[in-house]
Amino acid sequence: MSDFPPRPTPEQAAEMRRRRRGRNVAMLVVLLALAALFYAIAMVRLAGH
Amino acid sequence: MPDARGVEAAALGVAGAEIRDWIVLLKPRVVALVVFTGLVGLLVAPGHLNPVLAVTAILCIAVAAGAAGAINMWYERDIDALMRRTARRPIPAGRIEPGEALAYGVTLAAGSVIVMFLATNVVAAGLLALSIVFYVFVYTIWLKRRTPQNIVIGGAAGAFPPLIGWAAVTGSVGWMPLLLFAIIFCWTPPHFWSLSLFAHADYQRAGVPMLPVVAGARETRRQVMAYTLVLVPLSLLPWMLGETGPVYGFAAAALGLGFLVCAWRVLRDRQDAAGVSLTRDAPAKAAFRYSLLYLAVLFLALAVDRFVR
Repeated sequence: MSDFPPRPTPEQAAEMRRRRRGRNVAMLVVLLALAALFYAIAMVRLAGH
Repeated sequence: MPDARGVEAAALGVAGAEIRDWIVLLKPRVVALVVFTGLVGLLVAPGHLNPVLAVTAILCIAVAAGAAGAINMWYERDIDALMRRTARRPIPAGRIEPGEALAYGVTLAAGSVIVMFLATNVVAAGLLALSIVFYVFVYTIWLKRRTPQNIVIGGAAGAFPPLIGWAAVTGSVGWMPLLLFAIIFCWTPPHFWSLSLFAHADYQRAGVPMLPVVAGARETRRQVMAYTLVLVPLSLLPWMLGETGPVYGFAAAALGLGFLVCAWRVLRDRQDAAGVSLTRDAPAKAAFRYSLLYLAVLFLALAVDRFVR
């Protein structure tokens, strides 16, 4: 009986993990940057009032 | 049995997209020019905007342009797969799912408009939303596959950034930003039609009715010249109306003269009876490269002029 969907080879699995880690790190950076941006906007807006 | 390329594509599909693919989806080269013209609109506007809010406004313009680009790539994935220039994009190459790209684009588009509203004002946020809607619905979905005038009317989408930058500072729209809008609007046809003169085989294969495909290369060369003849005096108007100083006036005149020379060379390109270039469209390639330089230096001159006056 054949695998469907095909099981990834060890190399493909390692590559998959590497890319997933990259995407997760990028998402973390974007979320932290967004939090910092909202904080900065709020501070500037509050200072204006 | 799958060939080597099929196996490679399947492996890439299993591994998922790289960060680079998500960045490519935002059309970074287009975003760079959009950000620059938006920044100049913000710099030349009368008044003051807190640097944090100014950076946020530029970020929003960049993200919105990228989001519109991602939605464009989602909609055009079928024709992108047919064109050599675009076949390696993440969606036709199978590295990103179409639905993921659409969700990514819509989320970024909505986020950029909301943040623009929170950081600046409703006029800038409204114009930003309008520019996205115009690019996605008017250009990409409605006009691009229907008429050779697609890039003329659709070019308005790319002309919004200086207007948005100006509105972010002033909360309104005046004559000067409308002139900047008009300059980019008239710059778009000679820019894109120069490109389409040497990339028309791609457009033909994909069934996109670009002007050289529908009306022929000879008519396209005439139109490049005609729009350049409108663009050059228009670019001088801000100086003639006293809105800018001599730095901009001199730059606009010199750059315009260069553009006219390029357009003239395109018009007079050696061609056969059917209008096909005998020089491999060398003048059109030169005009395309020059058009990019033209817009960047013209807006740079505008910013410099503002600070030396």
